[in-house]
Amino acid sequence: MEKAAIVGIGQTKYERRKSGEIYYDLVYEVTTRAMEDAGYTLDDIGDVITVSNDFWDGRTISCMAVQEAAGAHDKNVSTVEGDGTLGALYGLMRVLGGSGTTLIVAHSKGSEGDPRVITNAMFDPVYHRSLGLDAVSSSALQASAYMSRYGVTEEQCALVSVKNHKNAKNNPFAQLPMDITVADVMKSRKIADPLKLLDCSPVSDGAAAIIIADEKHARKARKKPVWIKGAAHCADAYFLGDRNLAEAASLREAAKKAYAMAGIGNPAKEIDVAELYDAFGYMELMWLEGLGFCDPGGGAGMTESGKTAMGGPIPVNPSGGVLSAHAVLAAGLARIAEAVLQLRGEAGSRQVDGARTSLAHGINGPCGQSHCVWVLGKD
Amino acid sequence: MKNTELLTIRSGDTGMPYEWSIGKYGSRFFREIREHQRFLGIRCPGCGKVRVPPRRLCGPCFRELDELVELSDTGIITAFSVVNYPFIDPDTGLQRPIPYTYGYIRIDGSDNIFSHIINETDESRIKVGMKVRAVFRKPEEMEGNIRDIRYFEIIR
Amino acid sequence: MARRVAIVGTGQTHHKSHRLDVNGREMIHEAVTRALEDCELTINDVDAIVIGNMDHFESINCVDTWSVEGSGGVMKPILKVSTGGTTGTSVAIAAYYHVASGLFDRVLAIGWEKNSESDTTGAIITCSDPIWDRFSYSGAIPSLATEASAYMKQYGATQKDAARVAVRDRTHALNNPYAQMYNRPISIEDVMESAMLAYPIKLLDVCPRSDGACAVVFAAEEIAGKISPRPAWFKSCAARHTTTWFGDVDYDTGLLSLQRAAREAFDKAGIRSPADDLDVAELYLPYSYAGLKWIEALGFCGPGEGPRFIWDGNTDMGGKIPMNPSGGVISTNCIGATALLRVAEAALQVMGKGGKRQVPDVKNALATGFGGCWWSDVVVLSKDRPS
Ligand SMILES: [Zn+2]
Repeated sequence: MEKAAIVGIGQTKYERRKSGEIYYDLVYEVTTRAMEDAGYTLDDIGDVITVSNDFWDGRTISCMAVQEAAGAHDKNVSTVEGDGTLGALYGLMRVLGGSGTTLIVAHSKGSEGDPRVITNAMFDPVYHRSLGLDAVSSSALQASAYMSRYGVTEEQCALVSVKNHKNAKNNPFAQLPMDITVADVMKSRKIADPLKLLDCSPVSDGAAAIIIADEKHARKARKKPVWIKGAAHCADAYFLGDRNLAEAASLREAAKKAYAMAGIGNPAKEIDVAELYDAFGYMELMWLEGLGFCDPGGGAGMTESGKTAMGGPIPVNPSGGVLSAHAVLAAGLARIAEAVLQLRGEAGSRQVDGARTSLAHGINGPCGQSHCVWVLGKD
Repeated sequence: MKNTELLTIRSGDTGMPYEWSIGKYGSRFFREIREHQRFLGIRCPGCGKVRVPPRRLCGPCFRELDELVELSDTGIITAFSVVNYPFIDPDTGLQRPIPYTYGYIRIDGSDNIFSHIINETDESRIKVGMKVRAVFRKPEEMEGNIRDIRYFEIIR
Repeated sequence: MARRVAIVGTGQTHHKSHRLDVNGREMIHEAVTRALEDCELTINDVDAIVIGNMDHFESINCVDTWSVEGSGGVMKPILKVSTGGTTGTSVAIAAYYHVASGLFDRVLAIGWEKNSESDTTGAIITCSDPIWDRFSYSGAIPSLATEASAYMKQYGATQKDAARVAVRDRTHALNNPYAQMYNRPISIEDVMESAMLAYPIKLLDVCPRSDGACAVVFAAEEIAGKISPRPAWFKSCAARHTTTWFGDVDYDTGLLSLQRAAREAFDKAGIRSPADDLDVAELYLPYSYAGLKWIEALGFCGPGEGPRFIWDGNTDMGGKIPMNPSGGVISTNCIGATALLRVAEAALQVMGKGGKRQVPDVKNALATGFGGCWWSDVVVLSKDRPS
């Protein structure tokens, strides 16, 4: 891969309900922040990729509502419907394909629709939809399959919520900074066994943007570029019954490719900090395994030993992760933005000292059917 | 597989509720309708255009706008269409009553088009260029949405 | 430096108003299988997939992950690109960038729609702004009617001029067994006498609703020639979505997004005089009046000259620049596939695989997409490898 870098990022604060702002406002806010961050004007932006979803926005061709706010009036523009990491990947392709620079922006307002109805629509209308499956209940099935396969306890899953909500206290953009204990998680309301309220990510409103540039354009940016070392995606089978829900096979595949691009042989050693899509506590454990940070079934032990905590050898989700703010679609771009801040040394009180290589991760579809893995480097 | 009867399933009345924010600019617009029964536009200092409804940005100039412009309750028809075909209205889940007239109206003092309905479905009695006036709900019945404007009527 | 990219295979379903015999995934699979057969590859040769449709026509969220058993995407990279009517060209452009970036060598582009599964107009209405436009909007036809009326008023074009475009496309569909309107020719009288939907648009002026899918295989320059003896090189592309608000569209000027996208794509491809330098065009013309006005935006003729250009036979088979040898959108409209069908048909022409609808000696072919809030995509394909 030719050299490409992330030169600008912007995020809104994530909140349960931004009642005064429309998608357009959120997109404009992060677009201008990312351009300021890069020291770019609109003339420095080549292509624009917006990320939106017709179900979340309650609007067909949802991109129609925001492209002007992304500065796309007279630019080559397109739209990815999926997690922000996938939008960023298309942005990277544009840059490598000659656009010079590409702005990628994702928005969502979970507060405006009904997440149950919206995520129920991911399931097959003939066989599964009328069973009432949605993002939460399907994930509960996956948690059950994973926990029984490896003997993981609910208390071990709860450790992820405890860690990430605590980390969120260092992130001014996070929605749910909290000091909670495993006991708090355990006694929180049962949502869908084995998932309890504090195992689940919140509903959020927010947006995020990044700007990717080729080597030549990266030199014009105000800040030191963060280089893209590897990026890859992969999807598993669709029907839950066709998958081994206790393993993240497609994550393993995407990670393998991203590591090969980045020349990473031992991810647990070579990656200094990771931002993962932890929509539920158990997911972070599974993704640690899928990313090869530990052996299959080793996610719980790794977390218990504090390896993924701030100060550990590989802090995971210093931002508080998706458990602390879950603006769907934007959440993946937020992972990339946070991974960039870490390498710039601009992460403030959530900074991981001396981070030189960071990883960002996003998911799409039910139970992490599709994954996208990014490896970023300082050098 | 021959002689297989081909089946379909109906989704039923899957309601998909949303609560969309109107935003600062749109909210001001509806307040102006309620308090003064007139339209509100916004001027771009870059290109000088006045657009209705008011919005935060001028897309071509890509700059933020704040110069609200009070307009009247009248405009001219720039285009119209008497709609004769049946379809399901996603707002109600029911068939939208037809015929009805979809109108493109240039509110006096603005440079773009405001879409609404015109209460005339006889094609021979409606022409591009005719002057129209908005008919509003009674202020006490207003809800802060597009239906606060009931329709536009032709000033004959 | 971007790699050169070529189209090496295409496949499409036999489009129909209702495909009750297959579900969406199975229909996608038909097109994918045909595209792979066309270039003698297997799904194992495919490195990545781009898919597109419009969510609310089938009410399926996350079509990329829902579709994998039909698209071949199990344990493969797949992403979804969705931009409205332009979805198909946007998918093609995305597939191009997958390869041009150097990240993937062989990429499958898929567009599909089962319009029979919902009320198409009801679904299209949900593209309008829920605060401002949804209450009065009644789908694509009245805004197109508005454009048509403005054009007629400005240049004196007539309903008959538009009917001539519809008749051309439906006549061309006689040569395309995949078209929904295959073997169903119409006359100018038929168009004029068909039901008035929204003045001046009549039933036979507009596209049908179709069930169908299309798949196109893109390959990198190093391997394209090995896969296909005569690949269709992807010479240039451009997209513009100039407006966000329905009310900001200026109907008195030409279609701004198409003018700008065409200018950029033609510049990049070295097309100076479109009518001379292009040999065939597959245009996303969802209704007949677009066949008068939008060909002006593309520079095939001057403003207001569309009707004369059409009546002179320039755009018929055997004319100077045959348009829509496939029968076009007026003969088939499975919306998420429609713009990709334009690319696939343009590729067939360049590859010399057009069968009865082949235009002789095609060197450069044009494909366009239309959608969004007057969004335009432009793609130029060529027999010659880009320099
Ligand atoms: Zn302006």
